[in-house]
Amino acid sequence: MTRRFDAIVIGAGHNGLACALDLARAGRKVLVLEAREQVGGAAVTRSFAPGFSVSGCAHLLHALPQSMVQDFGLQRHGLLLAAQAMPTHALRPDGPALALHAPSGLNAADAQAYGPFQKRMQGFGALVAHLLNTSPPQLSLTRWGERWAMLRLALRLRLMGKSAMRELLRIGGMNVYDLLDDNLADAPLKGALAFDACLGGEYGPRSPGTVLTWLYRLAGEQGAGSSGLSQVLGGMGAFSDALGLACTAQGVHIRTGMAVQNILTREDKACGVRLADGQEIEAAIVVSGTGLKHTLLDLLGAPQLDTGTVRRVRHFRARGLVAKLHLGLSALPVFTGADAAALRGRLLISPSMDYLEQAFNPSKYREIPEHPALEISIPTLNDPGLAPEGKHVLSALVQFVPYDLGPDPQAARAKLLQNIFSVLEKHAPGLGALVEHCELLTPSDIEREFGLAGGHWHQGALSFDQFFINRPLPLYQQYQSPLPGLWMCGAACHPGGSVMGLAGRHAARAILESRSAP
Amino acid sequence: MKFASLPQLSDAHYRRPLLHTPFFEASRPWIQTDSFIAWTGYSTPGVYSTTEHEYFAIRNSCALFDLTPMVKYRVSGPDAERYLNRVVTGDMRKLAVDKVVYTLWCDDAGHVIDDGTVFRLGPQEFRLCSQERQLEWLQDSAFGFDVEIAEITADIAALAVQGPTAFTVLRAIGLEGLEQLKPMAMVHQDWQGHRVTVSRTGFTGDLGYEVWIAPEGAALLWNSLMEAGRNRGITPIGYEALDMARIEAGFILPDVDFISCKHTIRLGRESTPWELNLAWTVALDKGHFNGRRALLAAQATGPRRKLVGLELDGNKAAHGSLVYADKDNTLQAGEITSAMWSPTLKRNIAIARLDAPYCDTKGSLWVDLYLHRELQWERRNVRCKIVERPFYIPARRRATPPPER
Repeated sequence: MTRRFDAIVIGAGHNGLACALDLARAGRKVLVLEAREQVGGAAVTRSFAPGFSVSGCAHLLHALPQSMVQDFGLQRHGLLLAAQAMPTHALRPDGPALALHAPSGLNAADAQAYGPFQKRMQGFGALVAHLLNTSPPQLSLTRWGERWAMLRLALRLRLMGKSAMRELLRIGGMNVYDLLDDNLADAPLKGALAFDACLGGEYGPRSPGTVLTWLYRLAGEQGAGSSGLSQVLGGMGAFSDALGLACTAQGVHIRTGMAVQNILTREDKACGVRLADGQEIEAAIVVSGTGLKHTLLDLLGAPQLDTGTVRRVRHFRARGLVAKLHLGLSALPVFTGADAAALRGRLLISPSMDYLEQAFNPSKYREIPEHPALEISIPTLNDPGLAPEGKHVLSALVQFVPYDLGPDPQAARAKLLQNIFSVLEKHAPGLGALVEHCELLTPSDIEREFGLAGGHWHQGALSFDQFFINRPLPLYQQYQSPLPGLWMCGAACHPGGSVMGLAGRHAARAILESRSAP
Repeated sequence: MKFASLPQLSDAHYRRPLLHTPFFEASRPWIQTDSFIAWTGYSTPGVYSTTEHEYFAIRNSCALFDLTPMVKYRVSGPDAERYLNRVVTGDMRKLAVDKVVYTLWCDDAGHVIDDGTVFRLGPQEFRLCSQERQLEWLQDSAFGFDVEIAEITADIAALAVQGPTAFTVLRAIGLEGLEQLKPMAMVHQDWQGHRVTVSRTGFTGDLGYEVWIAPEGAALLWNSLMEAGRNRGITPIGYEALDMARIEAGFILPDVDFISCKHTIRLGRESTPWELNLAWTVALDKGHFNGRRALLAAQATGPRRKLVGLELDGNKAAHGSLVYADKDNTLQAGEITSAMWSPTLKRNIAIARLDAPYCDTKGSLWVDLYLHRELQWERRNVRCKIVERPFYIPARRRATPPPER
């Protein structure tokens, strides 16, 4: 006898949990099914060597909305931040690290231009933040609510003032390389700023649409408010655990170690799921937090969809280019030009935009970059519990590593590691000698470990054609799949990934507002 | 999904992109006007001698029409039935082996892409015949199915033998099993060293058959038929005569009577099956198929317009004319898509697309007709009314066994 639920959520990633929690808060009986043994999806703490732990995928919070922490009472359920408002420094092999919040050593023109430029971009980021906090309206505009949402959006754009509006429309589709070149001269500063615009995606600074992805990043930071860039005590898994506890407290049933094999349908409506062990569970609706292709092509199956939809789903781009490096170190490394405060924050190795572009170029041909660009965090400085006493963990995002490592993946991995260490040694001489343990997750490893299609952090590229109204697919009823009763709540939906839970919460709202709400 | 290799074409195809069919050399002596049309990559006669003469062969004796250029796909594999059921609107589970069915296929929005016929050659093998090339759509649709799609247009030569003496002529060349062959069914046999399939199908609305053979047997088939049919009025016909017969039979043509949704540019010019008056071809109860969800919604809102049959006063065909709801021509009700003076019926008939409020009009509608008479345009306001389609169904069309002539 199977129990009947109002909703089954597939995948206990943070978006799945956020969606489940909002549904439960509205009085719905919700079951969350997770294939792995722990909740969190890609937001987990991972033990990569005896005594050494690290945040498995994303390692810092930069976009977690304050509203989510408050609405869900995450602090009450154990969420503690080991560090808040962490600074970002761009490393230089031959001089002091550049603090992005207050760069020193700029020429007079840059010194004068940087502040106003940053402020203007943050203003535009605020507008994008409004998009992130909104469920995209349907383009058909047949319903008054949708027309009103579009009008409000237009009004907000207009209220920025005529010149700001014109400027946003001018730069919105540009690449970040040209935009930064137009405004600043300092190569290390531009390299660091461009790094954020290219992080996680399949683009170098000269790729079109990178101003949008930068604004997306700035928008997320605004949502995070005063906490800014922060680190979760106990690693990202502690955040997911708190979210899981909040769910359980609200009556959500979470079952781990239960892989969904199929989404079941009856009379052209989703009616439940079949697990890998053959067990069938019924529910009024099914909500999938897993990727678009996996949900629609594997769990549901192309024959249940129309050809045009299948075509668009198959063309949804999800090619991650970020690898994750985890090092267990016998002692704290010394980075040239980085003081104690800088080491506790985020360190970037992206000395110029050309460096970044050159790190990107080989990925287009499934090759390894000679000089990868890195984002480094040493989480044990803020949270010593992640390593044995006196030892440290270094966690780094490595750009740009192709999903397909070519004909000889083992050789490519060895070469990649060698290239990463040669870059690290340049900025932290002697670091190699401190390494006790080393783990490298390439995008294909990330896909396998965390179930992220293509190893892409957002479950799919963030670019104009896959953003807002076009996410996940153009002419698609956002969050509602083409099959009645099947919904989507993962990062493949607007507004995409980053640990912010908005896709899950928007999905829950759409479900509760729909005419067929359970 | 497996991709079949593309047909091998010699370099002659680059020098002369429009192909001749395998019947061309044999048919050449009968081609008098050298009037050809381009049809899906082939050059075929629009007319051999005169359209009227050829038309009357369809209705009074026997017409021979080369339909090789009709696009043909082989759909085979364990999922062939399930696959076709997802692509087309009809229920392929109900199609028995050696039977044929007319069907439509729609895009996601429930708009008609094309129409055609499905021949079931075996439990796991079908042939889909269509007006337009559909390979991309068919192959994209195959994702998730264990099925192979192959374009076989050039691999099969086909002749339509249509008209009152068609049965007698086919029997005279030694084809067997036609006495009990019912409409929309087929038989296979060895004939003169070739494997031949005869289906009781056609586009004329008359007694008629289509004969399918490998290209190597094409000339022999043509010559045998012309020889056997000499005293039974056999006449090769071109596309123009066929077009007359198909209007009388009430058959519609894509991009003539409706625009394929793959070809529309303006919003709202596409058509649902209901709007083509082809609700009987849609099996909403068979499970999911392309466009089903959109069609359920469209069914609820009702058709925006409908294809209807019209009968007009007078004897002037009303090609492309506007149809009005009032005599003063102020309320436009729709437009005529196909029209002719029917020589057999002695009626002025047309197929028209009428907007929803007018498609069930019981009384008179009005057609604005312009006639070019000895270098002078004259305008006529012609009364018409909605009538049943097909306009012409002779008893011999369905008679089994067919009458001997």
